[in-house]
Amino acid sequence: MLRVLLLAFSVVAVAHAELCKPDAQNAFKVRLSIKAALGDNAYAWDANEEYLFKAMVAFAMRRYSSKSTTQISNVLLCNVTDRVSFWFVVTDSTKNVTTVPGSEVEAAIRMNRNRINSAFLLNDKTLQFLEISSTLSPPVESSTPVWLTVFGVVLCLTVAGIVFLIVSGIQRHKKKSKESSETENLEEKCEVTVTIENGIPCETLDSKAGHVNGVYAADDERFTSL
Amino acid sequence: MSKDLSVDVSPESLKEDGRPKWDNKFQYILSCIGFAVGLGNVWRFPYLCQIHGGGAFLIPYFIALIFEGIPLLHLELALGQRLRRGSIGAWNTISPYLGGVGVGSWMVSVLVSLYYNTVLTWVMWYFINSFQEPLPWSVCPLNENRTGLSEECYESTAVNYFWYRKTLNITPDVTENGTLQWWLVLCLAACWGIVYLCTIRGIETTGKAIYVTAIFPYLVLTIFLIHGLTLPGATEGLAYLFTPNLNILKNPRVWLDAATQIFFSLSLAFGGLIAFSSYNPPKNDCEKDAVTVAIVNCMTSLYASIPVFSVLGFKATTGYWDCLDRNIISIINKFDLPEQSIMRQNYTIWIRLLNSSYPEKIAGLKLKSCDLQEFLDQSVSGTGLAFIVFTQAVILMPGSQAWAILFFIMLFSLGLSSMFGNIEGVFTPLLELQIISKSTPKELITGIICLISFLIALCFTLGSGSYWIDIFDSYAGSLPLLVLAFFEVTGIAYVYNIKRFSKDVKWMTGRQPNLYWQITWRFISPLLLLIVFVAFVAIQIQKPPSYAAWNPKYEDFPMKEEKVYPPWVLAICMLLAVLPCIFVPLVALFHLIKRMLGSKDPRSNLLWWKKLQESMSCDLTG
Repeated sequence: MLRVLLLAFSVVAVAHAELCKPDAQNAFKVRLSIKAALGDNAYAWDANEEYLFKAMVAFAMRRYSSKSTTQISNVLLCNVTDRVSFWFVVTDSTKNVTTVPGSEVEAAIRMNRNRINSAFLLNDKTLQFLEISSTLSPPVESSTPVWLTVFGVVLCLTVAGIVFLIVSGIQRHKKKSKESSETENLEEKCEVTVTIENGIPCETLDSKAGHVNGVYAADDERFTSL
Repeated sequence: MSKDLSVDVSPESLKEDGRPKWDNKFQYILSCIGFAVGLGNVWRFPYLCQIHGGGAFLIPYFIALIFEGIPLLHLELALGQRLRRGSIGAWNTISPYLGGVGVGSWMVSVLVSLYYNTVLTWVMWYFINSFQEPLPWSVCPLNENRTGLSEECYESTAVNYFWYRKTLNITPDVTENGTLQWWLVLCLAACWGIVYLCTIRGIETTGKAIYVTAIFPYLVLTIFLIHGLTLPGATEGLAYLFTPNLNILKNPRVWLDAATQIFFSLSLAFGGLIAFSSYNPPKNDCEKDAVTVAIVNCMTSLYASIPVFSVLGFKATTGYWDCLDRNIISIINKFDLPEQSIMRQNYTIWIRLLNSSYPEKIAGLKLKSCDLQEFLDQSVSGTGLAFIVFTQAVILMPGSQAWAILFFIMLFSLGLSSMFGNIEGVFTPLLELQIISKSTPKELITGIICLISFLIALCFTLGSGSYWIDIFDSYAGSLPLLVLAFFEVTGIAYVYNIKRFSKDVKWMTGRQPNLYWQITWRFISPLLLLIVFVAFVAIQIQKPPSYAAWNPKYEDFPMKEEKVYPPWVLAICMLLAVLPCIFVPLVALFHLIKRMLGSKDPRSNLLWWKKLQESMSCDLTG
């Protein structure tokens, strides 16, 4: 009895070894980067974690094809390295010694990727299924781009400033023209209010009378001649 | 002569000729500094320092400053202050034969204003995009059918993609114009709106705005300095920048670059400085002002290069670490070694070990060689520094939005204060020409100038716009300035006569310009300018002018494709370079012919004499 059991066990073991090996048909390589993801909170990869992994894959297979009766024992792991990386394959529970086609496994994993990642506190980059590409998330697009809002603010401020300055300029101009029409019109080259030049009031330098400043009349060579 | 009026007399009492005035001296100095300190201080000087032997570059830089920069600056400030006119009027007054210099300066200011504001448009575009999380230049967008990343982005980098595609939407060739990029048109309108807002009443509004735009960049530079020095790899960057390599001084190219950098950095020959100083009270120490502005400009360049190179060192170090990390991951994955068994520190030991035991496997991995020097050697200047390299570095910093916003506001302020000088260089001479009546409000004139400039600058928002800006920058904003400055110095020294000029300066500052000024104005500066001009032209004509085009279909993409300008573009380049300079001989010729034809009429001389006397009588008495 014992010998029969031993024989059956060894046959199964050999069969399993045949099914799960690197680059076997329908086998996938998995690579985990636990330390990169979790740093100090990293857990060690041991048999319990492997059991969880088998359970997650079985769960994914069950969810994918609702008729499936995949057991945890159907998921075979092999070649676990220190990296942590290993190969796995899913056997068909109904037929003996055959593996579920790779496409089905891939579809099942893809459908439940999120759940599998969260079970191990990892993400797509740190829990890699090397042949199963992850679907890229669509870009987050808001209805109005942010830059348009900021631009609107900048433009409004600028236009407000310009309008304010123009209006104040027009008001100042009106006030000035009202003032100048009230006071007498002085047509001097020098303005009235600004009169003191070195103690000599500008009115005495009245250019209306055609005073030629004696300093210049003689200083002919001061200016470049044509 | 007469008793000196103190400089800080209240504005009301000195407004004899109706000429606007600075509110106080600080505003004037700040405007000159703001004009001189521009984008080039941040993105050209550090680059030159880096490629020309680090600390050793400072030697030709300071020599050029002493013999070329400061004398020319003093000349322009003294000229404007003495004659109280913009560039066209001032040069006409010096001598009608030299009037072309003024017209040329005005022309250059117009051309530069057109494209300079488009650079500010790019800065503004990046600024308004910095409020997003994550920053739009940090991620590649998906391609059309959402199966992967956009190919152009994937092959180059996200930062390159955002600059060349999302911002410029650049065409692969300068002849392909593309369409107007509406987002750039909007930003261009906003930029010209801001310029209009700040220059609406000439220096009255510019003077207020300059307090913010000239001082704010220093604050931001200080913040970046402190933050930059705390980043990892900053010391490598700084050591790389400042380590002197004295052998480089044997290369004449270094001296040429130093001379041109000083020249363009101080914004000489634009006419803007003449315009600024023409609003000064006549008795103002322009000598001290010139030295102050020049030294502040140089110190700012040095000060700005510290944060720039801290950040570049940080970026190089991060790139180096990324390279190492990628190699480490490949090795760990291939050999199924436990995580964190290979760290950056023992990487070389491991590599040697593995190479001796499994050489084929290592070769099969195709590991990239990671060399920190190589990362540091990637030197960029100009727009590449700001919009590609710096934006990439900002992504790596925590709190990237804040740093990006600060950085781009700083660039905007730097550029805006330089724009004020450009606009004044255009605006002031126009006011003095007889074509505009005195009753038109200033607001209208500035509005028309800004509107026309905006409409012309729309060309730069086309797909090929950035190629055109490079053309304008290389041809209109470089060679004509050298020519005009040469004629400025020789005109003052030999046509107006340096003795007369020294007397004017003595009247304004109270002391005779000393030997240093006499020698530099008479001999050294003109000679230096001539040498620089000849060397500059010699280097330009050595090879046919080419440009680097961004072409996604190029076989070596993401490298840029070297293309040669077609003949009609070359013709435009020549036109841009020659147009401002041609006015100098044209105007001289015009007056010569006029004199020869009208020389028999004695009244024409007297009329000109009387006009000059009337305009100068009020500010010369006393």
